[in-house]
Amino acid sequence: MEYLEFELPIKELEDQLQKCKVIGDESEVDVTETCKQIEKKLAATQKDIYKNMTPWQRVQLSRHPDRPYTLDHIKAICGDSFLELHGDRSFKDDKAMIGGLGKIGDQSFMFIGQQKGFNTKTRQYRNFGMANPEGYRKALRLMKSAEKFGIPVVTLLDTPGAYPGLEAEERGQGEAIARNILEMTRLKVPVITIVIGEGASGGALGIGVGDRVLMLENTWYSVISPESCSSILWRSWEYKEQAAEALKLTASDMKKLKLVDSIIKEPLGGAHRDREKTFKSVSDAIVKNYEELKNLSPKDLVSQRMEKYAQMGVYKG
Amino acid sequence: MSWFKRKTKGITTTTEEKKDTPKGLWYKSPTGKIVDTEELEKNFYVSPEDGYHVRIGSKEYFEILFDDNKFKELDASLESKDPLKFEDTKKYPERLKAAQSKTKLKDAVRTAVGKSKGKNLVVACMDFSFIGGSMGSVVGEKIARAADYALKNKLPLMVISKSGGARMMEAALSLMQLAKTSVKLAQLADAGLPYISLCTDPTTGGTTASFAMLGDINISEPGALIGFAGPRIVRDTTGKELPEGFQTSEFLLEHGFLDFITLRKDLKNKVNQYLDLILNQPLRA
Repeated sequence: MEYLEFELPIKELEDQLQKCKVIGDESEVDVTETCKQIEKKLAATQKDIYKNMTPWQRVQLSRHPDRPYTLDHIKAICGDSFLELHGDRSFKDDKAMIGGLGKIGDQSFMFIGQQKGFNTKTRQYRNFGMANPEGYRKALRLMKSAEKFGIPVVTLLDTPGAYPGLEAEERGQGEAIARNILEMTRLKVPVITIVIGEGASGGALGIGVGDRVLMLENTWYSVISPESCSSILWRSWEYKEQAAEALKLTASDMKKLKLVDSIIKEPLGGAHRDREKTFKSVSDAIVKNYEELKNLSPKDLVSQRMEKYAQMGVYKG
Repeated sequence: MSWFKRKTKGITTTTEEKKDTPKGLWYKSPTGKIVDTEELEKNFYVSPEDGYHVRIGSKEYFEILFDDNKFKELDASLESKDPLKFEDTKKYPERLKAAQSKTKLKDAVRTAVGKSKGKNLVVACMDFSFIGGSMGSVVGEKIARAADYALKNKLPLMVISKSGGARMMEAALSLMQLAKTSVKLAQLADAGLPYISLCTDPTTGGTTASFAMLGDINISEPGALIGFAGPRIVRDTTGKELPEGFQTSEFLLEHGFLDFITLRKDLKNKVNQYLDLILNQPLRA
């Protein structure tokens, strides 16, 4: 288990507890009371730290190296029923954007999401979850295919942004994202979108227009990462904490602004602390929202979705 | 014996007394050519010396597109609020106020309807001078309403993009304007009304990832910068030197993302020629 800097007091107590237990096992000394006290203190410290997280600390949790990624979620939710589908049919298969069909109970879903890697090699293979235009086009192909057969779409968002590369520009990164956003506004099947990690800007929104948009508790969603925001507005990388604060990018802020519909609770300390519990919550949320949407006619579904997005924005006059 | 005799030594005029040429009489293009501003205006704000298309705003584009510069502005009173209480080195309301007094504009887009070659056209034109033409709630809402106007009156829509991208001070609210404007463009498409996107220098970020790339035709002017990620970010991320002409309108035309590039003086004719052709109506002279 890796610990973030602000989690170090927890690590220290967990280490102490471990040592305490070892002493108890290896010697005749009764340490039950001491262990109990440490446990108590640990619980209090965890509560104190995790209940009062700053926006920047949540950003760090959303990027935690042990955090479950898109395929972890899908494989846990669908088990053996998941069938991955590849390729955009015009250029190549983008490894940073995955998709495929899977079942929850008796219902098939088309799953689409950005995929990150879990070690140096796979991180490179997945291009750190930064999709190229062909990734967005693959996503659109799968959505259109789902629409053709009346299969609901679930998108899982986890990206530090669309890849800002030379070839990505040549192949029309902006156009690919724009096309997806437009087509998603009028897709005739239910679309459920869940931010499971990082929701960075157009790269996230490119698969993120949905009838229901949910965020896991320790994720972020905004127009820019706190680091880039700091470098542009403060002209220094040093103001990322302030930028994270200013951008109102946490799940609870996004809910308050009515830009997302609901929040999926995470286990104390983050999704990675109890993966099975996290997968269960995500699966339950998909089913619950699908149940609410499945009886709407395609026409009502699309007009409600369009109306929802048409309402977003705050202005005067 | 010299012909002239200097009576006093050196320059004696104090800085305060120095007589400047009135500002705005001359324009210097990036290649160093000097142009008389009046001549520039007559030439559609294109340098006659080197063909450089000077960055202009809604005032000038309306003048170019609408007959006799006659048009009705739509939703002119819409202004930004500060829903996030955003503060970086400056408070957002202060930035807004400064931009308003500097530019005499309310926000970064103006929308209007008027006759262009005798037929009504709805135009939304961004102003780069207003916080880099950034798209916040007001830009999204005004473009959405312009599209609604086009829908209601069965008119074609033209959006002139000139923007650095989304407005950071409205964070996710500005991001969602990409979806909001796309909703309206989808409705326009479903109603069979033409949408023309003119990408001008510069068109980057959120605008490129939404309405700027979604036209029935996407067109541009010579030499405009158009891209999703700005050139500096691409260079910093990839560590590669960017090829000559990277992300120019010519580059985008070559890679298949623009239908054509037009000189500004031909803009009005070309736009209306397309409309007449796509709507299968008689060509206007």
